Amino acid sequence: MKKYIDTGKKDTRSGFGAGLEELGKKNENVVALCADLTGSLKMDAFKKNHPERFFQVGIAEANMIGMAAGMTIGGKIPFTGTFANFSTGRVYDQIRQSVAYSGKNVKICASHAGLTLGEDGATHQILEDLGLMKMLPGMTVINTCDYNQTKAATLAVAEYDGPVYLRFGRPKVANFTPEDQTFEIGKAVQLTEGNDVTIVATGHLVWEALQAAEQLEEKGITAEVINIHTIKPLDAEAILASVKKTGCVVTAEEHNFLGGLGESVSRVLAENNPTPQEFVATKDTFGESGTPAQLMEKYGLNAASIVKASEKVMSRK
Amino acid sequence: MHQTEFNAIYIMPNTTQLEDFVTQVRRDILRQVHKVNSGHPGGSLGCAEFFTALYQEVMDYSTDFTMDGKNEDLFFLSNGHISPVFYSVLARSGFFPVEELQTFRHINSRLQGHPTTHEGLPGIRVASGSLGQGMSVAIGAAEAKKLNGDSHLVYSLHGDGELQEGQNWEAIMYAASNKVDNLIASVDLNGQQIDGSTDDVLPLGNVKDKFLAFGWEVLTIEKGNDISAVIEGLKQAKTKTGKGKPVCVILNTVMGNGVDFMMHTHAWHGKAPNDEQLEIGLKQNPETLGDY
Repeated sequence: MKKYIDTGKKDTRSGFGAGLEELGKKNENVVALCADLTGSLKMDAFKKNHPERFFQVGIAEANMIGMAAGMTIGGKIPFTGTFANFSTGRVYDQIRQSVAYSGKNVKICASHAGLTLGEDGATHQILEDLGLMKMLPGMTVINTCDYNQTKAATLAVAEYDGPVYLRFGRPKVANFTPEDQTFEIGKAVQLTEGNDVTIVATGHLVWEALQAAEQLEEKGITAEVINIHTIKPLDAEAILASVKKTGCVVTAEEHNFLGGLGESVSRVLAENNPTPQEFVATKDTFGESGTPAQLMEKYGLNAASIVKASEKVMSRK
Repeated sequence: MHQTEFNAIYIMPNTTQLEDFVTQVRRDILRQVHKVNSGHPGGSLGCAEFFTALYQEVMDYSTDFTMDGKNEDLFFLSNGHISPVFYSVLARSGFFPVEELQTFRHINSRLQGHPTTHEGLPGIRVASGSLGQGMSVAIGAAEAKKLNGDSHLVYSLHGDGELQEGQNWEAIMYAASNKVDNLIASVDLNGQQIDGSTDDVLPLGNVKDKFLAFGWEVLTIEKGNDISAVIEGLKQAKTKTGKGKPVCVILNTVMGNGVDFMMHTHAWHGKAPNDEQLEIGLKQNPETLGDY
């Protein structure tokens, strides 16, 4: 099985910040808007180097989304930055009408998604954002897994014409995807080859899926790990090709199992090739305060849970 | 009218011609709403002069529509439910065929119940209808113009009841604090909303004082249904741009203006006239430019 090396822990939000800063140099149409979380979103470098293209809107997310929509009229490519909770739930109707329905080229960049936001607790730990965003017609939904991929995704979404929800997180996590990768929106990345179980993971759960695959290998089980960074449009072809071989699938995400990646995969399978599936996800619950590791363990979002789910789903074949 | 196109030969329409335009717009509003037995005639009628003034006199634009709208003035309608007046004035200003007004709110039409970019109707740059979002969009467009070195202006219209939406106040605070002085935001102060008068539903207090307190330049057009007064007021507003403050125009209008039984009441906010009522309304507004 192909092994992946953690080249040193880094936060995905810093990947966003690095990508945004690079875009600032490369593309003069890129503008950034932030709702009083410049440091948290790692937008400082862009702000410092391109002050004329940085818009501090204050704690006013609805206005930020509307302004971003307006700035596309005139050819700008706005990147909005705030926590995932305030990027989606708080401004759903603004995104729906002014961005998605209006077909505006806005990049909604959301940090601190999911449980790994940690100690701040459930008020800030949104586990419903992927569902909210993927239901909007025309919205592209991306959840990156590490620093390098987040940077590559940030660069890629600027080249794509249309609304995008780009989700990343707070904690320092393994950085294992190539630094020089080309990010292709809507294209799954197969990380390992296997015959016994397919593990489709997104975001922080991709590294956990790789750890799970190693543990499964020790038990004589080969797992095919697929990194689904784009939840919408979903790479149905890659998923179907893999489950055709393995006959079962585990989906893994830092999100509610209602409305998340797992349900998107279920729909593809139900329509094309009904297959046993287990969901590693939160089960219709809010989060709580704790360290990221404690929370991921308590809510069953780690390698151990993926191993357990893999064994269970294989028994259902 | 586009100044680059018409500078040499353009003659300002006289007041009678503009009044005729307004009268025809009122007919269009009544006929659109009547045909499909739905839509919002009250607020539309109240703003016939405002839209006529903007598109026939005040704004510099091209009917050769591009979404980006670089080097032309832009307009955003925030209270999208008054789409009948917007559609009529856009059509009669040359954005799309006037005959298309008969498709208003029908299936497969570009003239959706509330304005949208989704069907590609020329003249529309953002969807509106869910209230309170238009000022933010207008501010964004105004900021983009500044970045582009484009000295043209951004206009917007907002209902008075719409100011109850909190997003407006986020936007109002932003625009003043960031000196968005290429924006003229007008408030249609007709004192009515769906459930009754704004005073009964949720009193707005002194709208002018509120904008002033947030740091805006504020002008009032007392006679918002007098075409000359509206043109004069908007031209005066233009002279206030570029001076470090966003400009608010408070437009005193009468909901349902020009159709006697629709005036001074919220009853016709979102109700279509029946055959008989249509006939009365049309009689009070005789055909001028030709019905579609």
